[in-house]
Amino acid sequence: MIRWLVGLIGFGLAATSALAADPVMIGVGYLGVAGTRSTLSLVEQPADNDGVAGARLAIEDNNTTGKFLNQRFALEERRIKEGEDAVQAATDLAARNGFIIADLPADALLKVADALRDRGTLLFNAGAIDERLREADCRANVIHTAPTRAMLADALGQYLVWKQWKRWLLVVGSHDEDKLFADALRRTATRFGAKIVQERSFEDKGGARRTDSGVTLIQRQMPVFTQQAPAYDVLVAADESEVFGAYLPYRTWDPRPVAGSAGLVPRSWDAAQDQWGAIQMQNRFVKLNARRMTPLDMQVWTAVRMIGEATSRTNSGDVKKVTDFIKGPDFSVAAFKGTKLTLRDWNLQLRQPILLVDGRMVVSVSPQEGFLHQVSELDTLGYDRPESKCKLK
Amino acid sequence: MQIEVRTLMLRMWRVGLLSGLALAAAPAHAFIAYVSNEKSNTVSVIDTDSWTVTKTIKVGQRPRGIDFTRDGKFVMVAVGDDDTIQMIDAKTQAVVDSLPSGPDPELFAQDAAGKILYVANENDNTVTVIDLEKRARLGDIQVGVEPEGMTISPDGKTLINTSETTNMAHFIDTSSRQIVANVLVDARPRFAEFKHDASELWVSSEIGGTVSIIDPGKHEVTGKVTFEIPGLRKEAIQPVGIGMTRDDKTAFIALGPANRVAVVDTATRKVTKYLLVGQRVWHMAFTPDEKYLLTTNGVSNDVSVIDVAAQKVIKTIQVGELPWGITIAP
Repeated sequence: MIRWLVGLIGFGLAATSALAADPVMIGVGYLGVAGTRSTLSLVEQPADNDGVAGARLAIEDNNTTGKFLNQRFALEERRIKEGEDAVQAATDLAARNGFIIADLPADALLKVADALRDRGTLLFNAGAIDERLREADCRANVIHTAPTRAMLADALGQYLVWKQWKRWLLVVGSHDEDKLFADALRRTATRFGAKIVQERSFEDKGGARRTDSGVTLIQRQMPVFTQQAPAYDVLVAADESEVFGAYLPYRTWDPRPVAGSAGLVPRSWDAAQDQWGAIQMQNRFVKLNARRMTPLDMQVWTAVRMIGEATSRTNSGDVKKVTDFIKGPDFSVAAFKGTKLTLRDWNLQLRQPILLVDGRMVVSVSPQEGFLHQVSELDTLGYDRPESKCKLK
Repeated sequence: MQIEVRTLMLRMWRVGLLSGLALAAAPAHAFIAYVSNEKSNTVSVIDTDSWTVTKTIKVGQRPRGIDFTRDGKFVMVAVGDDDTIQMIDAKTQAVVDSLPSGPDPELFAQDAAGKILYVANENDNTVTVIDLEKRARLGDIQVGVEPEGMTISPDGKTLINTSETTNMAHFIDTSSRQIVANVLVDARPRFAEFKHDASELWVSSEIGGTVSIIDPGKHEVTGKVTFEIPGLRKEAIQPVGIGMTRDDKTAFIALGPANRVAVVDTATRKVTKYLLVGQRVWHMAFTPDEKYLLTTNGVSNDVSVIDVAAQKVIKTIQVGELPWGITIAP
């Protein structure tokens, strides 16, 4: 009798769906660096789980979809400490996960990419915005969901030009990444017809970002620093290192808006973004992580969603099959930016609109109206196919 | 008897006074359309005889999905940010009641008898089942991420829900309330509509830029409607609302920021014409005589009136901010 009953239940399950079979397991690794960088603004200080929180939400989203397809996603997180070998950590992760989302500096990312090349692991660069990873140093096993510096600079530049703020006072920090961002901004100015009327550099002489009476000192320093500039419309700051940018708004000698690394900032995502159905995702994110969503969270979410999108379209968990589909011409992913996101097939960079934000609101979204392109207007942001030095291998 | 007539007349007089309109005097072919204005938190009432807004009703926050009850007595409007569905009395044109929907209701569908309401709740991946008469919640059905589009098969046996991030049309058996099939469609499916003869289910994909045609028996995509508008970038073509004529021969598809409604021959599944309407055209509704099709245009804050037979836009009516959904009195 009992056996008959069990048999009946088993038959019932098999008849209603294929769920009786073991689910297809899809492992996603997350590789990041331990510790967070220091920002000038306390409210912008990244949380310890910056980035991986986006992976957690995307894994949940993928699993909701996966239950209809008998697919199950699991996340394995790994953080490397100072001095620890990224390649070793990545190889270890790759033993159990066919996909790895990386938030690593460019050099470490390249080492990992080369070490994993023959394994067939698909890497997603969700953190590094360096141009060279999509140009001379591009790799066929690395997909980039993070935008590049040139994409960010072009997104900002298009808006400033649309606004007729074409005379820029460029202030550049003294660190390498500040100079790279300044390079990108100069390229943007040339492309879109803005004029850099003068450049100034802001030397990082060290010192604490948190002090008891800092504001008094900053209020004296910044007007003096921006004094006697030629006529300009907007101050554009290149300060990725968080040394001075956020000190500039409201403190310039001339009453001018600030953009770039402070003021109006180009970003892949913002906690204030609520258009195109984004409010639902923002709500899901806050519910799961008890904080608001950052650009890095979004870049990671998008990478994990790309995997989910490809596994559901191919109805497969096979890494090779999924990778081929993601790199193929039919792939696109929706990411609450009002348009589908696709890959640039020449360097595996994700095309995406860039938000221009002021810390409270989304001021605009680039590409701006009137910046035309024969293939996709999203390709008016960053290096285009004819300029690319990338040879995927 | 005489007393009854008098009461009725008194009521009619009151209604007329309240709405500022002599409804009884309106010609027979006049219909009343209700438009939800997502940003204004209002519902605009349009008289289809004069093509004017006769009343603006204050409702809850973020009104979107809107539909008449089957008996024509109430207009239901989902006010997402208030986590409820409000009932507007069609006579007094005022909010009189609300329904216990789940969080953030957006679109809903009702069964043929008008007794059961199915609501898509975007925030918690469920479809809520509501007993309309008792105003009571009967249960929830777990679906994909961000449920949105809702419709019921003509025989009432299958409920369709589309989930925007899962990218599926879920087929739900209305008697068992279980999902019986899931059909993958293109990105961000927003709206689902059956042919009246139940032979096909059409599902629009906003980001994918296509309309999938599904065989409801086999649960398979049998074809896709694609769109191409010269001079317009592909990303701007975002299909949302679908209207099917009663003879199932012609489908009208709102293309969002492309500012056009595509006219599709359902036999060839090809677009025969693009009608230029207002900006970010979203949803639509036919007048019951099917002479006119009204579309909501979110960014230009207006409603376009399409002459269905002539396939021409004949009128534009200003409504509130970000008009979203529309329903017309049966």
